[in-house]
Amino acid sequence: MSIAEAADTLQVLTFDLDGETFALDAGVVREVLDATAGTQVPGAPAFVDAVINFRGRIIPLADLRVAFGLDRRADNIDSRVVVIEYDLDGDATLIGLRTDKVHEVTEIAAGDLEAAPRVGMRWRSDFIRGLARREGDLIVLPDLDQIFLTRGGAVGAVVPLAPS
Amino acid sequence: MSSDPVAIFRQEAQDLLEQIEQGLLDLAGRPDDRDTVDAVFRALHTLKGSGAMFGFDALAAFTHHCESAFDRVRKGEVAATPDLVSAVLAAQDHMRALAEGREAPGAEGEALLARLRRAVDAAGAPGEAADAGPALTTWRIRFSLPADALANGTRPLPLLDELRDLGACQVTAVTDTIPSLDVLVPTECHLAWEVVLTTEHGRSAIEDVFIFVIDDMVLDIEALDAPAQDVEAAGGESAAIVSEAVETRAEPDGGDAKAARGGGETVRVPAERLDQLMDRVGELVIAQSRLKQLAAAGTEPLLRAVSEEIERLAAELRDTMMVVRMVPVGQLFGRFRRLIHDLARDTGKAIALTLEGEATELDKTVIERLADPLVHLIRNAADHGLETPEQRAAAGKPAAGTIALAARQSGAEVIITITDDGRGIDRARVRAKAEENGLITPDAVLNDQELLQLIFQPGFSTAQQVTSLSGRGVGMDVVKRTIEGLRGAIEVTSHIGEGSQIALRIPLTLAIIDGLLVRVGAARYVIPLAAVEECVELSLEQDLRSTGRSVITLRDRLVPFIRLRDLFATGTAPDPHQKVVIVATGQDRVGLVVDQILGDHQTVIKSLSRFHADVGTFSGATILGDGGVALILDVPHLVAAGQRHDAQLRAAG
Repeated sequence: MSIAEAADTLQVLTFDLDGETFALDAGVVREVLDATAGTQVPGAPAFVDAVINFRGRIIPLADLRVAFGLDRRADNIDSRVVVIEYDLDGDATLIGLRTDKVHEVTEIAAGDLEAAPRVGMRWRSDFIRGLARREGDLIVLPDLDQIFLTRGGAVGAVVPLAPS
Repeated sequence: MSSDPVAIFRQEAQDLLEQIEQGLLDLAGRPDDRDTVDAVFRALHTLKGSGAMFGFDALAAFTHHCESAFDRVRKGEVAATPDLVSAVLAAQDHMRALAEGREAPGAEGEALLARLRRAVDAAGAPGEAADAGPALTTWRIRFSLPADALANGTRPLPLLDELRDLGACQVTAVTDTIPSLDVLVPTECHLAWEVVLTTEHGRSAIEDVFIFVIDDMVLDIEALDAPAQDVEAAGGESAAIVSEAVETRAEPDGGDAKAARGGGETVRVPAERLDQLMDRVGELVIAQSRLKQLAAAGTEPLLRAVSEEIERLAAELRDTMMVVRMVPVGQLFGRFRRLIHDLARDTGKAIALTLEGEATELDKTVIERLADPLVHLIRNAADHGLETPEQRAAAGKPAAGTIALAARQSGAEVIITITDDGRGIDRARVRAKAEENGLITPDAVLNDQELLQLIFQPGFSTAQQVTSLSGRGVGMDVVKRTIEGLRGAIEVTSHIGEGSQIALRIPLTLAIIDGLLVRVGAARYVIPLAAVEECVELSLEQDLRSTGRSVITLRDRLVPFIRLRDLFATGTAPDPHQKVVIVATGQDRVGLVVDQILGDHQTVIKSLSRFHADVGTFSGATILGDGGVALILDVPHLVAAGQRHDAQLRAAG
């Protein structure tokens, strides 16, 4: 990652969600798995409503589509789970993210990255870290900190986590 | 484990200081206990020696004075007066500071030593001359040292010389156990000695010769022609004193714990390695249940045999692993004796501590996490629970308040209770305080238990003024959170004027439980078997009849039940043969309606991520034999929910 930063580029993994292209910092990605329904956790926020067995560890399965208000669809042959390792309240936590299709690891030049416009967006702008234009396509970089903090919007405003 | 010698010394010093402290506290109650005096003396001596060896010169010099004082106690020249004991206790804190390399002003040390000298002088009136009887006894003493004794710096010659000092000696070397020359390691000690000693001193004087090596050696002292009047050698039968002697001697308070630590051969292992081992065992158990499924599905008898073998081994390994991680709670309780000592001094209240069930064992991690909550609860009991001596006298109670710490095992739980005989919890004040802090509305209807549980709410404190003891940032809410983090529960009982009891129910282990695997809708769940009382069928008629009010009658008792299908919103049709699993915590029970009972399951508990931490229904999850995940039901939570639901229905109907 330091090499990528030195060259002023960001290494990302791109994937599809309901026809939109998203990208995650490749540094946090641990593994890409075939899609699995996982085990439903009744009573959990819709954004993380399931858990899966990842190499003997039980990890939450999150769905960014909920955060962005996109349609959820049944898994198909292209569906994948991207496992990331992410700092959650100080704990390095493995989290699975549902995706429709995983494309590639690619580079985004820092210059191509722009902040999300405050207005005129389909989605909550605080959930977006930036937008990148690439070959006429728009890539969305989600702000995982905000999304995880609000449980994908389930707890409304951005407040520090506390048992309700 | 760190191989840094200084770190190792500090660890050793900590153990020694703990021994010294326990010994001193024992002496406060029974100043004449010779064994304890010896133990304290030995620990001081070792601390001095090791300290000097590792360059802790200040510690060694300081400890030397305490050791000298105790040497005089040991020789009967001075008595172990309360003054002397508390002077050494105070000095012991100084030693701890020196051992940990903390800043310890020399002046403070001087003051402590001056106090010690005064205490020794005051106690100087020579007590009983223990072995006054001039009667000569002939003893046969056989002893041998461990093979590595020489390498460790033990020299047999001075021991023999000391024996000679006691009286006329005849020494014979026993060479029976010396290996033949080709396998003999010259640095090892294989000689044993037989000494016939005629002396006016008693058995204890002979034992004293070996005081520093007695733990590792074999020593056999036998009276050859004991004169009739010599009953001084109490229990004069030829007692073989081997290293286990520590365990067999009269146990002072907390003795169980001491024996468990002192006896036998032990290995120090970092807790982290045990945790790793536990993880591996957990994974093995999961892999094993997969193997079991495969073997059961196939027709290969050999595979099945191997699978069964592995199942047995895995279960044994699991059990062994559990035992390895278990430590007696006495280890934890022991620390509180000092706390009580200090609390009594700081509050000016007389406090007696009674301990019970110290041999009860708990998982090591659990014990460590219990320490802070217990300190807080004891502080609370001493500070808020117990009255001042005057108030106690006015209430017709004995001047000294009692705080009782007890532990006992009950099924898969250990129950630790902290009981005081103080003033009890003033409900009206709890209520007023809770209303003042906005925890409850003035018209809230609470039962007694709910009201008492309010003291565990964040920001709650009934103390009118915060003293130096309580109110150090850790509140009762932290206690509750810690206990719940251990999957435990807190119960409070209190009677005005008679005292309070706080009971902590802690599961035996955090890692693996026996569970009942059930199916609800399409998903599988685990119910901790320890909480399961029985399983009954829910007939179709009962099911239909009870739609309005979810209770079934079980042996003339009404038990509320929860349809897990509804709770989990499975959207599936009920199975025609639904079962009710009756679970209980304490006195409360509730039925959980499931579609099917699948059987028992060795459940390796995995915690859920932060995302699911606030979903109260589940306490964790586990991996099933087929690689799937089953959530573990949080029984206390469900029981509470069921009882609440039932209470609402009662109130409504």
